[in-house]
Amino acid sequence: MIKAILVFNNHGKPRLTKFYQYFNEEMQQQIIKETFQLVSKRDDNVCNFLEGGSLIGGADYKLIYRHYATLYFVFCVDSSESELGILDLIQVFVETLDKCFENVCELDLIFHVDKVHYILNELVMGGMVLETNMTEIITRIEDQNKLEKQEGPYNSASPSSLRAGLAAAPARAVSAVKSMNLPQQIKDIKLPDLPAAIKDLKF
Amino acid sequence: MALRKVKGNLERMFDKNLTDLVRGIRNNKETESKYISQCMEEIKTELRQDNLAVKANAVAKLTYLQMLGYDISWAGFNIIEVMSSPKFTYKRIGYLSASQCFHQDTEVLMLTTNMIRKDLNSHNMYDSGTALTGLACFISGDLARDLANDVMTLLTSTKPYLRKKAVLLLYKVFLKFPEALRPAFPRLKEKLEDPDPGVQSAAVNVICELARKNPKNYLSLAPVFFKLMTSSTNNWMLIKIIKLFGALTPLEPRLGKKLIEPLTNLIHSTSAMSLLYECINTVIAVLISISSGMPNHNASIQLCVQKLRILIEDSDQNLQAQTGKVVKYLGLLAMSKILKTHPKSVQAHKDLVLQCLDDKDESIRLRALDLLYGMVTKKTVMEIVRRLMTHMDRAEGTMYRDELLQKIILICSQNNFQYITNFEWYISVLVELCRMEGTQHGGLIASQLMDVAIRVVAVREFTVGQMALLLDNAHVIVGPAAARSSIAEVLYAAAWICGEFSQLLANPKATLESMVRGKVVSLPGHIQAIYVHNMLKLYAHIIATAEEEDDSEMIEEVTTLLLERLPVFVSSGDLEVQERASCIVHVVTYVQKCHKNGDKVGVDLIHLMTGELNPVAPKAQKKVPLPDGLDLDVWINDPPSESEEEEDDAFKKEIFVKAESSSRHKKEKYEPSEEELQKLRDARRAEQASNPYYVKSSAQTSPRPNHNSIQIDEIPVAAIDLNVSLKIPGMTSLDKYQLVDGWQDGSKKRHKKQKKRSKRKGPLTSSSDEEIRQAHVVNTDVGEMPEGAHFSDDNEVDDRPEDDPHRALDIDLDEPLAPNEVLPTRTHYEVHSQKTPEESNEANLQPSQTPTKKKSKNKKDKKEKKEKTKKVKKEQKKVKKKFTGNEENLILDLMDSVKVAAISDETPVAANHINGITDAKNKEKPTDDLDFWLSKDDSSSQAPSEPIVDGTERTASPSSYPSGRDESKSKKTKTKKEKKAKKEKGKDKSEKKKSRKREKVEDSSIRNREEYEETNGTVTQDLEDKPVIPTVQPNNRLLAEDSFLRLDYSTAAMDGVMSEVLVCIKFTNHSSKSISKLQLMLPDSSALKMIRNDPQSELVNLPWTLDPGESKESQLSFTAEDDTIPDKLRGSLSYIQDGTSSSDLSLRLEFPVTTFLSGKTASRATFTDLLSSGQLSARSSFTIPECPWSFPEVLEEVTRGGSLAVVESVDQTASLYGRSLHGHHVCLLVKYQASSRLTVDGKSTEGILLSNALDHLKTVLMQKQ
Repeated sequence: MIKAILVFNNHGKPRLTKFYQYFNEEMQQQIIKETFQLVSKRDDNVCNFLEGGSLIGGADYKLIYRHYATLYFVFCVDSSESELGILDLIQVFVETLDKCFENVCELDLIFHVDKVHYILNELVMGGMVLETNMTEIITRIEDQNKLEKQEGPYNSASPSSLRAGLAAAPARAVSAVKSMNLPQQIKDIKLPDLPAAIKDLKF
Repeated sequence: MALRKVKGNLERMFDKNLTDLVRGIRNNKETESKYISQCMEEIKTELRQDNLAVKANAVAKLTYLQMLGYDISWAGFNIIEVMSSPKFTYKRIGYLSASQCFHQDTEVLMLTTNMIRKDLNSHNMYDSGTALTGLACFISGDLARDLANDVMTLLTSTKPYLRKKAVLLLYKVFLKFPEALRPAFPRLKEKLEDPDPGVQSAAVNVICELARKNPKNYLSLAPVFFKLMTSSTNNWMLIKIIKLFGALTPLEPRLGKKLIEPLTNLIHSTSAMSLLYECINTVIAVLISISSGMPNHNASIQLCVQKLRILIEDSDQNLQAQTGKVVKYLGLLAMSKILKTHPKSVQAHKDLVLQCLDDKDESIRLRALDLLYGMVTKKTVMEIVRRLMTHMDRAEGTMYRDELLQKIILICSQNNFQYITNFEWYISVLVELCRMEGTQHGGLIASQLMDVAIRVVAVREFTVGQMALLLDNAHVIVGPAAARSSIAEVLYAAAWICGEFSQLLANPKATLESMVRGKVVSLPGHIQAIYVHNMLKLYAHIIATAEEEDDSEMIEEVTTLLLERLPVFVSSGDLEVQERASCIVHVVTYVQKCHKNGDKVGVDLIHLMTGELNPVAPKAQKKVPLPDGLDLDVWINDPPSESEEEEDDAFKKEIFVKAESSSRHKKEKYEPSEEELQKLRDARRAEQASNPYYVKSSAQTSPRPNHNSIQIDEIPVAAIDLNVSLKIPGMTSLDKYQLVDGWQDGSKKRHKKQKKRSKRKGPLTSSSDEEIRQAHVVNTDVGEMPEGAHFSDDNEVDDRPEDDPHRALDIDLDEPLAPNEVLPTRTHYEVHSQKTPEESNEANLQPSQTPTKKKSKNKKDKKEKKEKTKKVKKEQKKVKKKFTGNEENLILDLMDSVKVAAISDETPVAANHINGITDAKNKEKPTDDLDFWLSKDDSSSQAPSEPIVDGTERTASPSSYPSGRDESKSKKTKTKKEKKAKKEKGKDKSEKKKSRKREKVEDSSIRNREEYEETNGTVTQDLEDKPVIPTVQPNNRLLAEDSFLRLDYSTAAMDGVMSEVLVCIKFTNHSSKSISKLQLMLPDSSALKMIRNDPQSELVNLPWTLDPGESKESQLSFTAEDDTIPDKLRGSLSYIQDGTSSSDLSLRLEFPVTTFLSGKTASRATFTDLLSSGQLSARSSFTIPECPWSFPEVLEEVTRGGSLAVVESVDQTASLYGRSLHGHHVCLLVKYQASSRLTVDGKSTEGILLSNALDHLKTVLMQKQ
């Protein structure tokens, strides 16, 4: 079982936290802090896992991590997981992120933590590995994004609107007004069911 | 409507979205918390709006803030609102937020059950997917119970995506709701062979998790896994399977043999490092488990070690730096596993391990060190230690050096110095280690020195010499850095050894002089004390020898020396030092006085210190036998007060031997009052004032020497000494051993070495290559033990924590499902279950409450729930009527009914009720399969026909009952089982004909499967701990009999949670004519009510005919209002014989209170919990002086009908447990003493129940059959 997945940057700022075992917020922060201290003081050329994080679980648990540029990806797992397997899994996770965000960087994780969560949910479910095949994962994510788009423009947090808050407001106001009624009206117009109508035509 | 929308949209434009929030936080780095609290306020107002989009936005922001450590549980309700949105976008936000901040104790979760069920059953695949993912994070016991069936339904979904997720979620369901495991397991097992590899992998994942904690229950799946392992290419899944096999092999050695070949194939073929590593690991596990009896397993070991070596060596070149290190680390880890069983194969790779000591990564170095510990042999120990010591010189960081030092000592001292051949060398090593700066292991070195000096007599002289040198150069060892380290401890050992073995000293006087030198006072107190004490020993020795030689000058010199120096110690701050010093001063003055008179006292003086020193066994203290008549638990004086609690404890101790230990720990705390405290304080002050040794806080001068000033004096001296000190003249050094025993390979040196050694040690064995004889004898006695005590290991303790959810999941999965083991169905589903009334019955009987864990909570709930179930039943009946008369309802709920039909048709759960027996057959198979599958392979060692023989034996001797009487009973068990299968049919009126047909079919099948029935006769009881010692027998009693018909009945409480009693009546026609139209007339009593199909009528029609000689059974369910008093029902049975003459038979159904008890929930954990919780306020007991039964018979009788279950049985004592319908606990202790005296003590939460139960048991046990 995976007990927790943490992503934080070189300064220990959390970018994604997922706990599969309940800890209250205070404890979570403490775990992040402690994990960061453990991991960050290690050289890049040393073994990338360590045993017995004191906060989660104790001796049975291992921290397995990878360090990419500015980010640490840390998985806390118990002895049922294979260490090397988890390292591969982290690689799959990062590669998937890279595909979904097109050259992923820390900023993507900062502004789209929700999306990162959705991606992670396709890999790991409740602490168990759900899927390791990257094409399958990406298909699922794209399907869901499509679904979201169909449902209409909620998402003002889409990558296109990464501009300043207030300055963007008027522009968004326009788009909101624009998108407000027209699509809905078009949808609401009921056309006669064409194929049916054609079928009914008798020569 | 449109206007509202516009308004909502306009409002939205000015709200912050998540991006704005993140940006805002980044722009306000200094005032972050202020900014966030401002945002929180905004979020709160947003949550108050009606617009769901606004709410979703707010919740998304909250989720982000949660990551930063802000508690957002206050918004739980709003999160649920967002989760329930019909839009996928919002739903997903809601579920994400819930998965981040909800947990199983979140209260709002209660509200979500139906919503989540709706989402799970949504036609949109991703809605269900999101719900499954979310649920996996926050599932609670209640949710697991309520949704288990829906998750099961998803297992049959057409979409692999959902099947996959549902399979994974099942694991969480099992953890929270262990009762689901058995009914769900067959379906889960099917998923191992799902066409979709993702689903397969998920199922493997779940089973591996389950099996990790309780491997033995999953052995029967080995063939399936084996097939998967040899056919699959999914590495992730292979790793899981291989890991699982690693856990299974210790349980079934035959499995291991079968595995070796495919695993070695994988090792050869795979390119994936992770898979390779796991394969090696499992091969190692296999080899450990079969360690003997395999001719060619050496080849496999060699392969593993070689592969590991390649892994470790290659890892630096071929892989990314980090991964390389991991591989290296894991390689070493695996090596250490092999080492335990096959040390020889690993020892060949010593060079590799030593190489790893130079690695940059500390964790790898430490691993290598661990390995070295096991790799040492007599031949290699010197070289390894030498390498480690040179390594230590170069090593950075005291931490790591300390680790090295400790390892060196551990390596040398393991197994009573097993590998040390030359103890002079070892002493030199230890002396060398003393020079290490800043170590924390001074004490360790000291104890080693003392150990060797005491136990190896041969090197004692050498040791003493070295120690004298050490004392002489104490200032070197205790340099300026000594304050932070514990190296001074070495002097403790040195002083003691020199004193104890003073007769071996070359120059005792010099040693004494070096001991009394002034710097000693800067040492820690306990070392000074040893110094002082050993000065006396030395002094005694010197005086004795001097007296012999009449060397009065020497006597004079030594005495004055001591009298001069000792006063320093007399004024020491350390009480121990002070006391010893002043004592010795007086001894010395006395000796001086005697000498002045010309008396010789040397010999007397030595007598002070004579006596042999023997090691004491490590457990000697514990084993000191308790003297007769000493009872540590008895009060010496009368206890201060006798509270109720104590009485309780005392009672417990008296009755329950096992519970004793827990109660003993409860300490009686004496809390003095404030006044008393004040008095005590005053008394203490007065005492302190009059005590000359007490250093008052106001005292100006402290007798303690000023540490700082002395140290300042010392620093320059020490510093200079340090430079020169590296070579102390005469002090042993390892260099000479390197010359002598240097293992720098090369055959020439070996010859030399032999020569030199033979010179040094005299005769030596000729072939020292093969075996090196130990040069010195070590005293390796176990040690002294008190008389009558035996040296033995203590018992092992179960190390699984009490609250581990996997304890509850230790469930035997090979047993066939009992008819009442079903997943709880939704209550309103039952409305439509008219077609399959069996199911509705079973659903009613299902535990609708959480497992026994929440005992106390449940109590309250129970009544409510009971009422609820009643209501539900009433409603059901109403709806049933509607259902038959009113077609509209059916259409309204069309969707649901379709689903139900699907469930009941497809799930094995449903199939189980209808056909419990065929299922039993299926269940029996896998174990046979496993045996067959496993034995296929090693036909060489076993007779080929063995599996078949095995099978026939099984049928021939159904169970291991010793006597004929017991065998007949087992048949009864069987028939009871049949009853269960038939029970549903008896109630089914609407389908009389159909069921009758089915009955016939099944009757024949029953006959065919008799063997299975017999082996599994007692299946349904005790799934938890399996504490059963006697098999549970049905409590058959005669109900009524006339010349045509005989009625027997048995009763059973339907598991404590059901509040129902099941009565099984067996009708046997022993006339020669058929009997039909049986009608049972059973009016309810005030407390006992029958659950009837038709509540108005007191008649029960039995819809079958009894042919001559035939017997049939019917089951009736009763609810009991009061389960504490015995009850009885009177009624009559009318029947028509041979189609003409009708007869009546009066009946009397007895319900002793044990009827209302069920032992099904018994487990040792709950039992001990109960006893220690103090809930069991009522107690009672009885004694039968001359019991006509033997102890096993008594147990059999008491557990009859499953009303009580044996929790634990030791010799002639057993603890039993039962729970009543209404949740009262009954615990019994049955003791069978000599001369067939039987005592039964009972404790319960309900007094009346207990006394009635005991009364009943007494009458049962008093009468001999």
